[in-house]
Amino acid sequence: MTTTRDQVLLLARRSVVRTWRQPAATVFPLLFPMLLLAVNSGGLRAETHLPGFPTHSFVAFALAVPFIQGALFATMNAGTDLARDVQTGFLNRLSLTPLRGAALLAGQLGGVTVLGVVQACFYLVVGFAAGVRPKAGVGGVAVLLVFAALIALSFGALGAWAALRTGSAEAVQSLFPVFFVFLFISSMNIPRNLIATTWFRDAATANPVSYLLECVRSLIITGWDGEALGLGFGIVAVVGVVALTLAARSLPKRLAR
Amino acid sequence: MRRTLSVAEGVAWRTLHNVFTNPSLVIPQLAFPLFFFTAFVGGLSRIRHVPGFDYPLGYTAFQFVFVMLQSAAFGGVFTGFGIARDFEFGFARRLLLASPHRTGIVLGYALAAMCRWLVTAAFITVVAFAVGMKVGGSGVDVPALYLLALIVNAAAILWAAGVAMRLRTMQAGPVMQMPVFLVLFFAPVYVPLGLLRGWIHAVAVVNPLTRVLEAGRGFLAGTPTEVGAAFGAAVGLALLFSLWALRGLRKAEAAG
Repeated sequence: MTTTRDQVLLLARRSVVRTWRQPAATVFPLLFPMLLLAVNSGGLRAETHLPGFPTHSFVAFALAVPFIQGALFATMNAGTDLARDVQTGFLNRLSLTPLRGAALLAGQLGGVTVLGVVQACFYLVVGFAAGVRPKAGVGGVAVLLVFAALIALSFGALGAWAALRTGSAEAVQSLFPVFFVFLFISSMNIPRNLIATTWFRDAATANPVSYLLECVRSLIITGWDGEALGLGFGIVAVVGVVALTLAARSLPKRLAR
Repeated sequence: MRRTLSVAEGVAWRTLHNVFTNPSLVIPQLAFPLFFFTAFVGGLSRIRHVPGFDYPLGYTAFQFVFVMLQSAAFGGVFTGFGIARDFEFGFARRLLLASPHRTGIVLGYALAAMCRWLVTAAFITVVAFAVGMKVGGSGVDVPALYLLALIVNAAAILWAAGVAMRLRTMQAGPVMQMPVFLVLFFAPVYVPLGLLRGWIHAVAVVNPLTRVLEAGRGFLAGTPTEVGAAFGAAVGLALLFSLWALRGLRKAEAAG
């Protein structure tokens, strides 16, 4: 048991240090969502005058978006790093050691989760600096951080599965536009009930990303909303369980002994 | 002059051939503007009900102009990625050795970027009309919008070429892309300039792309505004980045 724990800790540390040493993998996930937040909150502030808009602060409304973008970056980071390990033969060398497959996944995803929480703290600090005060209070902030960790873990597992299945960093990176489409065809910029175009509103309603956004948003602008939290945590849990199962099933092929 | 044009023609033909025979280059070029058009028009059309939103043709036409300019600018940047790739894989060095007049290389890449964008522009225009976009402008106004976007495309490719020729690696992608992204999105993208408030309004007022965007929307609506300032800004950027690109070429030559 202690050996497995040591394996997980070592691999998680490697994952964090490795990401930290690549400026593009750390700076971009922190700055790009903030840039988009600045642009959108400035450009779309007029939207708060629409009847039925849930808050007077567009920054508070839009602050949910970086959390989900952070998940996209977690997917990319976890997947690309693991794919590179496949491509460079690191996984083959690991297969010569007594490392457990579960420890490999847990270590890799542990590192991604830590980075996800660091990103979330950064987004929250920027939000505080811009005057956003989460309606759900200190407890809400704690729940937000747990949610951010779960999102990073679940989407990181999705990236890990893609990496193990394809063994190609390029293939993993080609997933990015797909996730980006999911983000844009959602309630990212406007509440679903205010979307005027019917097909877009239907697409946003069918899109699970809308519920992830609304879960974060509820803690910031509504307070404790059981339905939004249940849907958000439920979707993350389903994505996480499915992705972890798929990744765990793909792992033995890459760690063939 | 003939030798310059001959080099330009060769470079442009090769670039266009590479782009249009490679689905991984053609599809993003068409899909990204279409995606932004869909996301903005579909998701944000309620913005036309915001008090003070006074664009007469509705939100589809309002966003169409932004998407046209964005596709023009990013069409230039995407061609810049190809220049960086040519340098990274050594093709550009052979091109520099073989060209009797190297200015033609920059000209060729610029011509290719413009041709690429014309295909994208035609595609987006067809889609916009298919979803019921209204046009208020006349036979002069609407072509003026396309001309304005073409100049923006030229400015963007010259900017990207200057970066690619200085850094000569595909890792230069974010350096080409990020400033263009910022200039585009610090203009009045979602609402007219008059509805922006605070720091973004101050930035948008001094952003040259704001003039271009406002003029483009004016052309489409048939009420041209700020035409001189818009063409002045676009041509000024194109001239400035011509010098930037040509100096980049000299740096690439000096680097061997």
